[in-house]
Amino acid sequence: MIERRPVLTFTRHTLLLLGVAVVAFPIYVTFVASTLTLDQVLAAPMQLWPGSQLIENYTYVLGHGSTKGASAPVGQMMFNSLVMALSIAIGKIAISLLSAFAIVYFQFPFRNTIFWMIFITLMLPVEVRILPTYKVVADLGMINTYAGLTIPLIASATATFLFRQFFLSIPDELAEAARIDGAGPMRFFWDVVVPLSRTSIAALFVIQFIYGWNQYLWPLLVTTDESMYTTVIGIKRMITGGDAATEWQLVMATAMLAMLPPVLVVLLMQKWFVKGLVETEK
Amino acid sequence: MSTQKRVIFKSTWLPYALVAPQLAITLVFFFWPAGQTLIQSMQLEDAFGATTQFVGLDNFRALFNDEGYLNSVKVTIEFSAAVAVLGLSIALLLAAMADRVLRGATFYKTLLIWPYAVAPAVVAVLFVFLFSPTLGIIAHALTVFGIEWNHLLDGDQAMLLIIMAAVWKQISYNFLFFLAGLQAIPASLIEAAAIDGAGPLRRFWTIVFPLLSPTTFFLLVINVVYAFFDTFAIVDAATQGGPARATEILVFKVYQDGFKALDLGGSAAQSAILMAIVIGLTIAQFRYIERKVQY
Repeated sequence: MIERRPVLTFTRHTLLLLGVAVVAFPIYVTFVASTLTLDQVLAAPMQLWPGSQLIENYTYVLGHGSTKGASAPVGQMMFNSLVMALSIAIGKIAISLLSAFAIVYFQFPFRNTIFWMIFITLMLPVEVRILPTYKVVADLGMINTYAGLTIPLIASATATFLFRQFFLSIPDELAEAARIDGAGPMRFFWDVVVPLSRTSIAALFVIQFIYGWNQYLWPLLVTTDESMYTTVIGIKRMITGGDAATEWQLVMATAMLAMLPPVLVVLLMQKWFVKGLVETEK
Repeated sequence: MSTQKRVIFKSTWLPYALVAPQLAITLVFFFWPAGQTLIQSMQLEDAFGATTQFVGLDNFRALFNDEGYLNSVKVTIEFSAAVAVLGLSIALLLAAMADRVLRGATFYKTLLIWPYAVAPAVVAVLFVFLFSPTLGIIAHALTVFGIEWNHLLDGDQAMLLIIMAAVWKQISYNFLFFLAGLQAIPASLIEAAAIDGAGPLRRFWTIVFPLLSPTTFFLLVINVVYAFFDTFAIVDAATQGGPARATEILVFKVYQDGFKALDLGGSAAQSAILMAIVIGLTIAQFRYIERKVQY
């Protein structure tokens, strides 16, 4: 701090606390609603202290889902979301490590063309090619499968760039030493490159896990079978009936469950998260 | 900058095998569909999909004469501008407050960053719940102040609702980048200004804010991209584009026309326009990286 100004310090903390409150309020209300009975939620205004239904509501949605709208158990949906998030995070990291390694450590015809082709995918988000991509997946028989949910999303220009940048910073002496010792390229990849990339891998994992878990448009198109819904899609399907027909206490419990894994990942791996965010964007 | 190593491995087939998975996915799920989109944008298909006919730029011409599309363009611009301006200003304010806080900086950071992890669709559901005209706690509080809140009937309120949801979700991201930008500014610069008698506000506007401009520009692009594309989930889960198309942003309309109305040509033409927008924004983003190096 440059100078001592108690008024300024006070303003700082007040504004920050206000920011924290605005961020926390919707989540707090969600949590409270998830511990009430439906009647308590519908009594406008709803009470702002937790009720007694915490365990009942959560066990009910995990095992049965809601009775209206989507009725698939949320436990199943959480599993689908987990499969999706993990496959996307691990898939992206794996194929990007391999292609970045090829681009940096080999000289081959079309190397630059391939690099640019990967780059261009940055400019083709799902939203600008919805129908034809859907059609490809449908033609390949991948509707309502984990493969259809994940494979089209695991190409990654950003991850490939990040690893390429990092590989370029690995000293040449390491590769030279490996070659003199008679190690082939794949041996070098597994024993030197991958262990050195640990930090970048962890940072990317956090970002991509959240990205995969929170996907919306793609699972909305690819899953028509309730047992394949992800949690995020499941919530949306539960509220299609309008205010009166919606079991808000169950929807809110599902919302808490949908937030829990990605929020935990961010909070527990905060260091990697910040690093991942800053690096993937640059 | 060199793009390759001095020491390289030699193999005629291995590099191709290594890039094969990435390349296959890129070709099958990116290039082929994108190409299809461009072709379909110049075709007219009858309602049963039996015949298609090449119509050149007719689909585009039809779009720009379509009031629904022009409305969607207007809605998208208003929405993106509001999300970017609000999201950036609030985050900058909070980051500037957190920057020189001595005690509790980590505490505030931790409590402000986690909305990043909440899915946009879930954010939308939470806001719909808080603002529901029949049972929403905030809607109820507003009636106490004499404000009738019903985003199901009032288009402006529906717009406000998705803006609030989108900004709430995006503040944490902007906050992190602003905070990193602020902490990169040498304290000596600010101390020098303080010695010369500049007060905190003056120091902010004449020194800190100009030095932050690369970060601000970068975030502006990111926020516009976010408002254009990533907010599909918010619109779909909160308002479905309604009431009376008041919140029908471009991405939602592509989906609506393609999947619900099955207007292939029109939807593909809209996709092609969006593609042009993403390309423009991506180029703008890369300009930022070039400029940043000089400063």
